[in-house]
Amino acid sequence: MLRQASRLLAGGPILATRARSFSTDTTFTEAWTKVIPNIDPPKTPLSFIHPRPPTPSSIPSKLTVNFVLPYASELATKEVDMVIVPATTGQMGVLPGHVATIAELKPGVLSVHEGNEVTKYFVSSGFVFIHANSFADIIAVEAVPLDQLDANHVQKGLADFTSKLSSATTDLEKAEAQIGIDVHSALNSALTG
Amino acid sequence: MAALRREGRRFAPLISPRSITAVRSSPIAPTHEDEGPIGVRYISTQVVRNRMKSVKNIQKITKAMKMVAASKLRAVQSKTENSRGLWQPFTALLGDLPSVDVKKSVVVTISSDKGLCGGINSTSVKISKGIHKLNSGPEKETKYVVLGEKAKAQLIRDSKKDIELIITELQKNALNYTQVSVLADEILKNVEFDALRIVFNKFHSVVSFVPTVSTVLSPEIVEREAESGGKLGDLDNYEVEGGETKGEILQNLAEFQFSCVMFNAVLENACSEQGARMSAMDSSSRNAGDMLDRLTLTYNRTRQASITTELIEIISGASALEG
Repeated sequence: MLRQASRLLAGGPILATRARSFSTDTTFTEAWTKVIPNIDPPKTPLSFIHPRPPTPSSIPSKLTVNFVLPYASELATKEVDMVIVPATTGQMGVLPGHVATIAELKPGVLSVHEGNEVTKYFVSSGFVFIHANSFADIIAVEAVPLDQLDANHVQKGLADFTSKLSSATTDLEKAEAQIGIDVHSALNSALTG
Repeated sequence: MAALRREGRRFAPLISPRSITAVRSSPIAPTHEDEGPIGVRYISTQVVRNRMKSVKNIQKITKAMKMVAASKLRAVQSKTENSRGLWQPFTALLGDLPSVDVKKSVVVTISSDKGLCGGINSTSVKISKGIHKLNSGPEKETKYVVLGEKAKAQLIRDSKKDIELIITELQKNALNYTQVSVLADEILKNVEFDALRIVFNKFHSVVSFVPTVSTVLSPEIVEREAESGGKLGDLDNYEVEGGETKGEILQNLAEFQFSCVMFNAVLENACSEQGARMSAMDSSSRNAGDMLDRLTLTYNRTRQASITTELIEIISGASALEG
Protein backbone atom coordinates (compact mmCIF):
# COMPACT_ATOMS: atom_id res chain seq x y z
CA MET A 1 0.00 0.00 0.00
CA LEU A 2 2.70 2.49 1.08
CA ARG A 3 4.92 1.49 -1.81
CA GLN A 4 2.14 2.28 -4.29
CA ALA A 5 1.48 5.68 -2.72
CA SER A 6 5.15 6.67 -2.74
CA ARG A 7 5.48 5.50 -6.34
CA LEU A 8 2.52 7.62 -7.43
CA LEU A 9 3.73 10.68 -5.55
CA ALA A 10 7.29 10.41 -6.74
CA GLY A 11 6.58 9.54 -10.36
CA GLY A 12 3.37 11.43 -10.99
CA PRO A 13 2.85 15.16 -11.42
CA ILE A 14 1.74 17.47 -8.62
CA LEU A 15 -1.46 16.81 -6.72
CA ALA A 16 -3.60 19.21 -8.74
CA THR A 17 -3.10 17.16 -11.88
CA ARG A 18 -3.17 13.77 -10.19
CA ALA A 19 -3.02 10.88 -12.60
CA ARG A 20 -5.93 8.49 -12.28
CA SER A 21 -3.84 5.54 -13.17
CA PHE A 22 -4.18 2.30 -11.31
CA SER A 23 -0.91 0.41 -11.32
CA THR A 24 -1.23 -3.35 -11.55
CA ASP A 25 -1.96 -4.88 -8.19
CA THR A 26 1.39 -6.25 -7.12
CA THR A 27 0.16 -7.23 -3.68
CA PHE A 28 -2.11 -9.79 -5.32
CA THR A 29 0.63 -11.36 -7.42
CA GLU A 30 2.99 -11.45 -4.43
CA ALA A 31 0.40 -13.06 -2.16
CA TRP A 32 -0.38 -15.58 -4.88
CA THR A 33 3.22 -16.61 -5.48
CA LYS A 34 3.66 -17.12 -1.75
CA VAL A 35 0.65 -19.37 -1.29
CA ILE A 36 0.54 -21.13 -4.66
CA PRO A 37 4.06 -21.19 -6.07
CA ASN A 38 3.49 -23.75 -8.79
CA ILE A 39 0.86 -21.96 -10.85
CA ASP A 40 1.29 -18.60 -12.57
CA PRO A 41 -0.97 -15.93 -11.11
CA PRO A 42 -3.97 -15.04 -13.25
CA LYS A 43 -4.04 -11.71 -15.05
CA THR A 44 -6.38 -8.95 -13.97
CA PRO A 45 -8.30 -6.44 -16.11
CA LEU A 46 -5.75 -3.76 -15.22
CA SER A 47 -3.27 -5.40 -17.58
CA PHE A 48 -5.71 -5.12 -20.48
CA ILE A 49 -7.16 -1.69 -20.02
CA HIS A 50 -6.44 1.08 -22.50
CA PRO A 51 -4.60 3.79 -20.57
CA ARG A 52 -6.37 7.07 -19.96
CA PRO A 53 -4.64 10.44 -19.96
CA PRO A 54 -4.25 12.23 -16.62
CA THR A 55 -6.29 15.26 -15.69
CA PRO A 56 -4.84 18.25 -17.54
CA SER A 57 -4.30 21.56 -15.76
CA SER A 58 -6.42 23.57 -18.21
CA ILE A 59 -9.82 22.64 -19.58
CA PRO A 60 -9.46 20.86 -22.93
CA SER A 61 -11.40 22.07 -25.91
CA LYS A 62 -13.07 18.79 -26.77
CA LEU A 63 -14.87 16.13 -24.81
CA THR A 64 -13.79 12.54 -25.48
CA VAL A 65 -16.75 10.22 -25.52
CA ASN A 66 -16.88 6.41 -25.24
CA PHE A 67 -20.36 5.17 -25.94
CA VAL A 68 -20.53 1.38 -25.41
CA LEU A 69 -23.28 -1.18 -25.73
CA PRO A 70 -23.04 -4.86 -24.88
CA TYR A 71 -22.80 -5.85 -28.51
CA ALA A 72 -20.89 -2.94 -30.01
CA SER A 73 -18.86 0.14 -29.23
CA GLU A 74 -20.90 2.89 -30.86
CA LEU A 75 -18.38 5.64 -30.25
CA ALA A 76 -14.86 4.93 -29.11
CA THR A 77 -12.75 7.89 -27.94
CA LYS A 78 -14.54 10.26 -30.24
CA GLU A 79 -13.83 13.94 -29.74
CA VAL A 80 -17.01 15.98 -29.60
CA ASP A 81 -18.15 19.37 -28.38
CA MET A 82 -21.03 18.34 -26.16
CA VAL A 83 -23.31 15.46 -25.28
CA ILE A 84 -26.74 15.66 -23.70
CA VAL A 85 -27.57 12.58 -21.66
CA PRO A 86 -30.96 11.59 -20.24
CA ALA A 87 -30.05 11.23 -16.57
CA THR A 88 -32.64 10.30 -13.97
CA THR A 89 -32.61 13.91 -12.81
CA GLY A 90 -33.36 15.18 -16.31
CA GLN A 91 -31.45 16.00 -19.46
CA MET A 92 -27.85 16.74 -18.52
CA GLY A 93 -25.49 18.59 -20.83
CA VAL A 94 -21.86 17.57 -20.62
CA LEU A 95 -19.17 19.96 -21.84
CA PRO A 96 -15.40 19.64 -21.61
CA GLY A 97 -14.27 20.40 -18.09
CA HIS A 98 -17.47 19.08 -16.51
CA VAL A 99 -17.09 18.11 -12.87
CA ALA A 100 -16.52 14.40 -12.27
CA THR A 101 -19.92 12.73 -12.00
CA ILE A 102 -21.56 9.35 -11.86
CA ALA A 103 -25.14 9.39 -13.09
CA GLU A 104 -27.73 6.75 -13.82
CA LEU A 105 -29.64 7.07 -17.08
CA LYS A 106 -33.35 6.73 -17.67
CA PRO A 107 -34.91 5.88 -21.04
CA GLY A 108 -34.56 8.91 -23.26
CA VAL A 109 -32.71 10.64 -26.03
CA LEU A 110 -28.94 10.97 -26.09
CA SER A 111 -27.61 13.58 -28.46
CA VAL A 112 -24.01 13.99 -29.53
CA HIS A 113 -23.04 17.44 -30.81
CA GLU A 114 -19.98 17.67 -33.02
CA GLY A 115 -19.55 20.99 -34.81
CA ASN A 116 -22.83 21.45 -36.61
CA GLU A 117 -23.96 17.84 -36.65
CA VAL A 118 -26.14 16.31 -34.03
CA THR A 119 -26.57 12.54 -33.77
CA LYS A 120 -29.46 11.37 -31.66
CA TYR A 121 -29.95 7.95 -30.12
CA PHE A 122 -32.69 6.57 -27.95
CA VAL A 123 -31.08 4.78 -25.00
CA SER A 124 -32.90 2.33 -22.76
CA SER A 125 -30.96 2.88 -19.57
CA GLY A 126 -27.46 2.65 -18.25
CA PHE A 127 -24.82 4.75 -16.61
CA VAL A 128 -22.65 7.69 -17.51
CA PHE A 129 -19.29 8.40 -15.88
CA ILE A 130 -17.76 11.79 -16.43
CA HIS A 131 -14.11 11.87 -15.44
CA ALA A 132 -12.08 14.87 -14.46
CA ASN A 133 -9.94 14.59 -17.61
CA SER A 134 -12.94 15.35 -19.89
CA PHE A 135 -13.59 11.74 -20.72
CA ALA A 136 -17.19 10.64 -20.73
CA ASP A 137 -18.11 6.96 -20.62
CA ILE A 138 -21.69 6.21 -21.53
CA ILE A 139 -22.68 2.60 -20.98
CA ALA A 140 -26.16 1.71 -22.18
CA VAL A 141 -27.96 -1.58 -22.49
CA GLU A 142 -29.65 -0.75 -25.77
CA ALA A 143 -29.47 2.24 -28.09
CA VAL A 144 -31.08 2.90 -31.45
CA PRO A 145 -30.82 5.88 -33.77
CA LEU A 146 -34.10 7.78 -33.76
CA ASP A 147 -34.94 7.15 -37.40
CA GLN A 148 -35.29 3.44 -36.70
CA LEU A 149 -38.23 3.92 -34.36
CA ASP A 150 -41.77 3.28 -35.62
CA ALA A 151 -44.37 5.72 -34.27
CA ASN A 152 -47.34 3.36 -34.64
CA HIS A 153 -45.59 0.63 -32.74
CA VAL A 154 -44.81 3.05 -29.95
CA GLN A 155 -48.46 4.14 -29.64
CA LYS A 156 -49.63 0.56 -29.60
CA GLY A 157 -47.08 -0.36 -26.95
CA LEU A 158 -48.11 2.58 -24.80
CA ALA A 159 -51.77 1.57 -25.00
CA ASP A 160 -50.89 -2.05 -24.19
CA PHE A 161 -48.93 -1.21 -21.11
CA THR A 162 -51.50 1.28 -19.83
CA SER A 163 -54.15 -1.42 -20.00
CA LYS A 164 -51.77 -3.87 -18.34
CA LEU A 165 -51.19 -1.45 -15.50
CA SER A 166 -54.91 -1.05 -14.85
CA SER A 167 -55.41 -4.82 -14.86
CA ALA A 168 -52.29 -5.62 -12.85
CA THR A 169 -52.76 -7.40 -9.55
CA THR A 170 -49.38 -8.17 -8.01
CA ASP A 171 -46.68 -5.62 -7.25
CA LEU A 172 -44.37 -7.25 -9.76
CA GLU A 173 -46.89 -6.93 -12.59
CA LYS A 174 -47.56 -3.32 -11.61
CA ALA A 175 -43.84 -2.54 -11.63
CA GLU A 176 -43.33 -4.20 -15.02
CA ALA A 177 -46.29 -2.34 -16.53
CA GLN A 178 -45.04 0.93 -15.08
CA ILE A 179 -41.61 0.37 -16.61
CA GLY A 180 -43.27 -0.33 -19.97
CA ILE A 181 -45.25 2.87 -19.74
CA ASP A 182 -42.17 4.91 -18.81
CA VAL A 183 -40.16 3.60 -21.74
CA HIS A 184 -42.95 4.02 -24.25
CA SER A 185 -43.83 7.55 -23.16
CA ALA A 186 -40.14 8.44 -23.39
CA LEU A 187 -40.11 6.95 -26.90
CA ASN A 188 -43.18 8.98 -27.73
CA SER A 189 -41.68 12.24 -26.58
CA ALA A 190 -38.45 11.38 -28.38
CA LEU A 191 -40.32 10.98 -31.64
CA THR A 192 -42.49 14.07 -31.26
CA GLY A 193 -40.17 16.46 -29.39
CA MET B 1 -6.14 -60.58 -53.32
CA ALA B 2 -6.28 -64.37 -53.47
CA ALA B 3 -2.84 -64.54 -51.92
CA LEU B 4 -3.98 -62.41 -49.05
CA ARG B 5 -7.04 -64.56 -48.45
CA ARG B 6 -4.92 -67.67 -48.46
CA GLU B 7 -2.45 -66.18 -46.08
CA GLY B 8 -5.26 -65.17 -43.78
CA ARG B 9 -6.43 -68.76 -43.55
CA ARG B 10 -2.88 -69.97 -43.12
CA PHE B 11 -2.16 -67.73 -40.23
CA ALA B 12 -5.43 -68.17 -38.40
CA PRO B 13 -4.29 -71.19 -36.40
CA LEU B 14 -0.92 -69.61 -35.80
CA ILE B 15 -2.21 -66.48 -34.16
CA SER B 16 -1.49 -66.82 -30.51
CA PRO B 17 -2.61 -64.27 -27.91
CA ARG B 18 0.95 -63.13 -27.69
CA SER B 19 1.05 -61.85 -31.24
CA ILE B 20 -2.04 -59.76 -30.69
CA THR B 21 -0.48 -58.03 -27.70
CA ALA B 22 2.52 -57.38 -29.90
CA VAL B 23 0.24 -55.32 -32.13
CA ARG B 24 -1.04 -53.31 -29.21
CA SER B 25 2.22 -52.57 -27.55
CA SER B 26 4.59 -51.75 -30.37
CA PRO B 27 3.34 -51.38 -33.88
CA ILE B 28 6.55 -49.47 -34.65
CA ALA B 29 8.91 -52.34 -34.04
CA PRO B 30 7.27 -55.46 -35.39
CA THR B 31 8.39 -58.59 -33.72
CA HIS B 32 11.39 -59.76 -35.62
CA GLU B 33 11.28 -63.07 -33.89
CA ASP B 34 10.08 -64.34 -37.21
CA GLU B 35 11.74 -67.65 -37.61
CA GLY B 36 10.89 -69.46 -34.44
CA PRO B 37 10.79 -73.15 -33.85
CA ILE B 38 6.96 -73.33 -33.69
CA GLY B 39 6.37 -71.31 -36.83
CA VAL B 40 6.38 -67.75 -38.00
CA ARG B 41 4.85 -65.44 -35.41
CA TYR B 42 3.47 -62.64 -37.49
CA ILE B 43 0.92 -60.05 -36.66
CA SER B 44 -2.02 -60.86 -38.83
CA THR B 45 -2.56 -58.32 -41.52
CA GLN B 46 -6.25 -58.44 -40.71
CA VAL B 47 -5.63 -57.05 -37.25
CA VAL B 48 -3.43 -54.27 -38.60
CA ARG B 49 -5.98 -53.47 -41.25
CA ASN B 50 -8.76 -53.13 -38.70
CA ARG B 51 -6.65 -50.84 -36.64
CA MET B 52 -5.83 -48.71 -39.67
CA LYS B 53 -9.50 -48.40 -40.52
CA SER B 54 -10.42 -47.22 -37.04
CA VAL B 55 -7.54 -44.75 -36.87
CA LYS B 56 -8.55 -43.32 -40.23
CA ASN B 57 -12.11 -42.86 -39.04
CA ILE B 58 -10.91 -41.11 -35.92
CA GLN B 59 -8.79 -38.81 -38.04
CA LYS B 60 -11.81 -37.89 -40.16
CA ILE B 61 -13.89 -37.19 -37.07
CA THR B 62 -11.28 -34.98 -35.45
CA LYS B 63 -10.76 -33.05 -38.67
CA ALA B 64 -14.49 -32.43 -38.89
CA MET B 65 -14.60 -31.32 -35.24
CA LYS B 66 -11.81 -28.87 -35.94
CA MET B 67 -13.74 -27.34 -38.85
CA VAL B 68 -16.87 -27.04 -36.72
CA ALA B 69 -14.93 -25.39 -33.92
CA ALA B 70 -13.32 -22.98 -36.40
CA SER B 71 -16.69 -21.86 -37.74
CA LYS B 72 -18.16 -21.47 -34.24
CA LEU B 73 -15.09 -19.48 -33.23
CA ARG B 74 -15.58 -17.04 -36.10
CA ALA B 75 -19.16 -16.46 -35.01
CA VAL B 76 -18.34 -15.80 -31.34
CA GLN B 77 -15.13 -13.88 -31.95
CA SER B 78 -16.78 -10.88 -33.53
CA LYS B 79 -19.26 -10.66 -30.66
CA THR B 80 -16.47 -10.91 -28.11
CA GLU B 81 -14.41 -8.18 -29.70
CA ASN B 82 -17.40 -5.88 -29.75
CA SER B 83 -18.09 -6.52 -26.10
CA ARG B 84 -14.57 -5.68 -25.01
CA GLY B 85 -15.39 -2.02 -24.64
CA LEU B 86 -18.03 -2.84 -22.06
CA TRP B 87 -15.92 -3.46 -18.97
CA GLN B 88 -13.28 -0.78 -19.62
CA PRO B 89 -15.25 2.19 -18.24
CA PHE B 90 -15.91 0.34 -14.99
CA THR B 91 -12.27 -0.50 -14.47
CA ALA B 92 -11.33 3.06 -15.42
CA LEU B 93 -13.67 4.35 -12.72
CA LEU B 94 -13.28 1.79 -9.96
CA GLY B 95 -9.98 0.10 -10.71
CA ASP B 96 -9.47 -3.53 -9.91
CA LEU B 97 -8.53 -4.67 -6.45
CA PRO B 98 -8.02 -8.42 -6.36
CA SER B 99 -6.07 -8.13 -3.13
CA VAL B 100 -8.91 -6.43 -1.26
CA ASP B 101 -9.47 -7.80 2.20
CA VAL B 102 -13.04 -9.02 2.52
CA LYS B 103 -14.92 -11.45 4.70
CA LYS B 104 -17.10 -13.14 2.10
CA SER B 105 -15.73 -13.68 -1.35
CA VAL B 106 -17.51 -15.62 -4.03
CA VAL B 107 -15.57 -17.17 -6.90
CA VAL B 108 -17.55 -17.44 -10.12
CA THR B 109 -15.86 -20.09 -12.24
CA ILE B 110 -16.75 -20.08 -15.91
CA SER B 111 -16.13 -23.26 -17.87
CA SER B 112 -17.51 -25.16 -20.82
CA ASP B 113 -20.20 -27.81 -20.93
CA LYS B 114 -18.57 -29.99 -23.55
CA GLY B 115 -15.19 -31.60 -23.34
CA LEU B 116 -12.35 -32.23 -25.78
CA CYS B 117 -11.19 -28.66 -25.47
CA GLY B 118 -7.70 -29.04 -24.15
CA GLY B 119 -6.73 -27.85 -20.70
CA ILE B 120 -8.67 -24.62 -20.28
CA ASN B 121 -11.23 -25.96 -17.85
CA SER B 122 -8.60 -27.50 -15.62
CA THR B 123 -6.73 -24.19 -15.62
CA SER B 124 -9.84 -22.32 -14.55
CA VAL B 125 -10.50 -24.78 -11.75
CA LYS B 126 -6.89 -24.63 -10.55
CA ILE B 127 -7.00 -20.84 -10.45
CA SER B 128 -10.34 -20.91 -8.60
CA LYS B 129 -8.95 -23.28 -6.03
CA GLY B 130 -5.90 -21.04 -5.72
CA ILE B 131 -8.06 -18.01 -5.06
CA HIS B 132 -10.04 -19.99 -2.53
CA LYS B 133 -6.82 -20.87 -0.73
CA LEU B 134 -5.61 -17.29 -0.88
CA ASN B 135 -8.81 -15.96 0.63
CA SER B 136 -9.45 -18.42 3.38
CA GLY B 137 -8.46 -17.85 6.91
CA PRO B 138 -10.06 -17.01 10.22
CA GLU B 139 -13.32 -15.07 9.68
CA LYS B 140 -12.92 -15.21 5.93
CA GLU B 141 -14.82 -17.58 3.74
CA THR B 142 -14.97 -18.27 0.05
CA LYS B 143 -17.83 -19.85 -1.85
CA TYR B 144 -18.13 -21.02 -5.45
CA VAL B 145 -20.67 -20.32 -8.15
CA VAL B 146 -20.05 -22.74 -10.99
CA LEU B 147 -21.00 -22.17 -14.62
CA GLY B 148 -20.53 -25.17 -16.87
CA GLU B 149 -20.44 -28.93 -16.51
CA LYS B 150 -16.70 -29.40 -16.62
CA ALA B 151 -15.90 -27.21 -13.64
CA LYS B 152 -18.83 -28.71 -11.78
CA ALA B 153 -17.41 -32.20 -12.21
CA GLN B 154 -14.02 -31.13 -10.91
CA LEU B 155 -15.12 -28.92 -8.05
CA ILE B 156 -17.83 -31.19 -6.76
CA ARG B 157 -15.25 -33.78 -5.85
CA ASP B 158 -13.50 -31.92 -3.08
CA SER B 159 -15.32 -28.64 -2.49
CA LYS B 160 -18.93 -29.81 -2.56
CA LYS B 161 -19.96 -27.94 0.56
CA ASP B 162 -18.56 -24.64 -0.71
CA ILE B 163 -20.58 -24.55 -3.91
CA GLU B 164 -23.53 -22.19 -3.74
CA LEU B 165 -24.97 -22.32 -7.23
CA ILE B 166 -24.42 -24.48 -10.30
CA ILE B 167 -25.51 -23.30 -13.74
CA THR B 168 -25.17 -25.47 -16.83
CA GLU B 169 -26.28 -25.46 -20.49
CA LEU B 170 -25.39 -21.84 -20.88
CA GLN B 171 -24.69 -22.05 -24.61
CA LYS B 172 -27.83 -23.88 -25.65
CA ASN B 173 -29.10 -20.66 -27.23
CA ALA B 174 -26.71 -18.08 -28.60
CA LEU B 175 -25.18 -15.94 -25.88
CA ASN B 176 -26.80 -12.57 -25.46
CA TYR B 177 -26.86 -9.85 -22.87
CA THR B 178 -30.41 -10.50 -21.69
CA GLN B 179 -29.64 -14.08 -20.75
CA VAL B 180 -26.47 -13.11 -18.92
CA SER B 181 -28.17 -10.30 -17.05
CA VAL B 182 -30.90 -12.69 -15.85
CA LEU B 183 -28.15 -15.02 -14.71
CA ALA B 184 -26.34 -12.20 -12.93
CA ASP B 185 -29.61 -11.25 -11.26
CA GLU B 186 -30.03 -14.81 -9.96
CA ILE B 187 -26.54 -14.84 -8.55
CA LEU B 188 -26.92 -11.45 -6.92
CA LYS B 189 -30.22 -12.45 -5.35
CA ASN B 190 -29.15 -15.78 -3.94
CA VAL B 191 -25.57 -15.29 -2.92
CA GLU B 192 -24.23 -12.98 -0.24
CA PHE B 193 -20.93 -11.50 -1.13
CA ASP B 194 -18.47 -8.78 -0.32
CA ALA B 195 -16.40 -9.39 -3.42
CA LEU B 196 -17.13 -11.40 -6.54
CA ARG B 197 -14.17 -12.85 -8.36
CA ILE B 198 -14.92 -14.02 -11.87
CA VAL B 199 -12.43 -16.56 -13.22
CA PHE B 200 -12.38 -17.11 -16.97
CA ASN B 201 -10.00 -17.61 -19.90
CA LYS B 202 -9.42 -14.46 -21.86
CA PHE B 203 -9.09 -14.98 -25.58
CA HIS B 204 -5.91 -13.49 -27.04
CA SER B 205 -5.53 -15.52 -30.19
CA VAL B 206 -6.40 -18.94 -31.51
CA VAL B 207 -3.48 -20.48 -29.66
CA SER B 208 -3.28 -18.29 -26.57
CA PHE B 209 -5.81 -18.14 -23.74
CA VAL B 210 -4.88 -16.28 -20.58
CA PRO B 211 -6.59 -17.16 -17.30
CA THR B 212 -7.93 -13.94 -15.84
CA VAL B 213 -9.71 -12.92 -12.68
CA SER B 214 -12.01 -9.88 -12.54
CA THR B 215 -13.05 -8.53 -9.18
CA VAL B 216 -16.42 -6.84 -8.61
CA LEU B 217 -16.90 -5.33 -5.17
CA SER B 218 -20.16 -4.91 -3.34
CA PRO B 219 -21.27 -1.31 -2.73
CA GLU B 220 -20.44 -1.44 0.97
CA ILE B 221 -16.86 -2.44 0.27
CA VAL B 222 -16.58 0.25 -2.41
CA GLU B 223 -17.63 2.84 0.17
CA ARG B 224 -15.20 1.44 2.70
CA GLU B 225 -12.30 1.53 0.29
CA ALA B 226 -13.21 5.00 -0.94
CA GLU B 227 -13.26 6.33 2.59
CA SER B 228 -10.04 4.72 3.63
CA GLY B 229 -8.24 6.33 0.72
CA GLY B 230 -5.75 4.30 -1.23
CA LYS B 231 -6.75 3.18 -4.67
CA LEU B 232 -10.42 4.13 -4.65
CA GLY B 233 -9.86 7.39 -2.83
CA ASP B 234 -10.64 9.39 -5.94
CA LEU B 235 -14.17 8.06 -5.95
CA ASP B 236 -15.29 10.66 -3.46
CA ASN B 237 -14.46 13.40 -5.94
CA TYR B 238 -17.25 12.15 -8.15
CA GLU B 239 -20.61 13.78 -7.70
CA VAL B 240 -23.41 11.30 -7.74
CA GLU B 241 -26.50 12.53 -9.51
CA GLY B 242 -29.97 11.37 -8.82
CA GLY B 243 -31.38 8.90 -6.41
CA GLU B 244 -32.04 9.61 -2.79
CA THR B 245 -28.75 8.37 -1.47
CA LYS B 246 -25.35 7.76 -2.92
CA GLY B 247 -25.68 4.18 -1.71
CA GLU B 248 -28.61 3.50 -4.02
CA ILE B 249 -26.70 4.58 -7.09
CA LEU B 250 -23.63 2.61 -6.02
CA GLN B 251 -25.81 -0.46 -5.58
CA ASN B 252 -27.16 -0.13 -9.12
CA LEU B 253 -23.66 0.51 -10.35
CA ALA B 254 -22.29 -2.63 -8.73
CA GLU B 255 -25.07 -4.77 -10.20
CA PHE B 256 -24.65 -3.25 -13.65
CA GLN B 257 -20.90 -3.74 -13.45
CA PHE B 258 -21.35 -7.38 -12.53
CA SER B 259 -23.66 -8.10 -15.45
CA CYS B 260 -21.38 -6.31 -17.94
CA VAL B 261 -18.24 -8.04 -16.69
CA MET B 262 -20.04 -11.41 -16.71
CA PHE B 263 -21.19 -10.87 -20.28
CA ASN B 264 -17.68 -10.18 -21.47
CA ALA B 265 -16.27 -13.06 -19.41
CA VAL B 266 -18.77 -15.58 -20.75
CA LEU B 267 -18.08 -14.55 -24.35
CA GLU B 268 -14.31 -14.65 -23.88
CA ASN B 269 -14.54 -18.08 -22.33
CA ALA B 270 -16.69 -19.36 -25.19
CA CYS B 271 -14.11 -18.06 -27.68
CA SER B 272 -11.29 -19.68 -25.73
CA GLU B 273 -13.19 -22.95 -25.62
CA GLN B 274 -13.63 -23.05 -29.39
CA GLY B 275 -10.01 -22.07 -29.96
CA ALA B 276 -8.75 -24.70 -27.56
CA ARG B 277 -10.94 -27.32 -29.18
CA MET B 278 -9.56 -26.37 -32.59
CA SER B 279 -5.98 -26.84 -31.51
CA ALA B 280 -6.76 -30.04 -29.56
CA MET B 281 -8.53 -31.59 -32.54
CA ASP B 282 -5.76 -30.42 -34.85
CA SER B 283 -3.05 -32.11 -32.83
CA SER B 284 -5.25 -35.17 -32.52
CA SER B 285 -5.67 -35.46 -36.32
CA ARG B 286 -1.95 -35.00 -36.77
CA ASN B 287 -1.28 -37.73 -34.24
CA ALA B 288 -3.74 -40.02 -35.97
CA GLY B 289 -1.98 -39.34 -39.26
CA ASP B 290 1.37 -40.30 -37.74
CA MET B 291 -0.10 -43.47 -36.31
CA LEU B 292 -1.59 -44.34 -39.67
CA ASP B 293 1.83 -43.96 -41.33
CA ARG B 294 3.44 -46.28 -38.84
CA LEU B 295 0.67 -48.85 -39.18
CA THR B 296 0.94 -48.74 -42.97
CA LEU B 297 4.64 -49.53 -42.73
CA THR B 298 3.93 -52.43 -40.39
CA TYR B 299 1.23 -53.69 -42.69
CA ASN B 300 3.46 -53.61 -45.74
CA ARG B 301 6.32 -55.26 -43.92
CA THR B 302 4.04 -58.04 -42.69
CA ARG B 303 2.54 -58.56 -46.12
CA GLN B 304 5.91 -58.70 -47.83
CA ALA B 305 7.34 -61.02 -45.21
CA SER B 306 4.49 -63.48 -45.61
CA ILE B 307 4.84 -63.44 -49.41
CA THR B 308 8.56 -64.07 -49.01
CA THR B 309 7.88 -66.99 -46.67
CA GLU B 310 5.46 -68.54 -49.11
CA LEU B 311 7.94 -68.19 -51.92
CA ILE B 312 10.68 -69.76 -49.82
CA GLU B 313 8.49 -72.70 -48.94
CA ILE B 314 7.46 -73.26 -52.52
CA ILE B 315 10.97 -73.04 -53.83
CA SER B 316 12.46 -75.22 -51.12
CA GLY B 317 9.69 -77.75 -51.69
CA ALA B 318 10.37 -77.75 -55.41
CA SER B 319 14.11 -78.09 -54.94
CA ALA B 320 13.55 -80.95 -52.47
CA LEU B 321 11.53 -82.77 -55.12
CA GLU B 322 14.15 -82.29 -57.81
CA GLY B 323 17.24 -83.16 -56.04
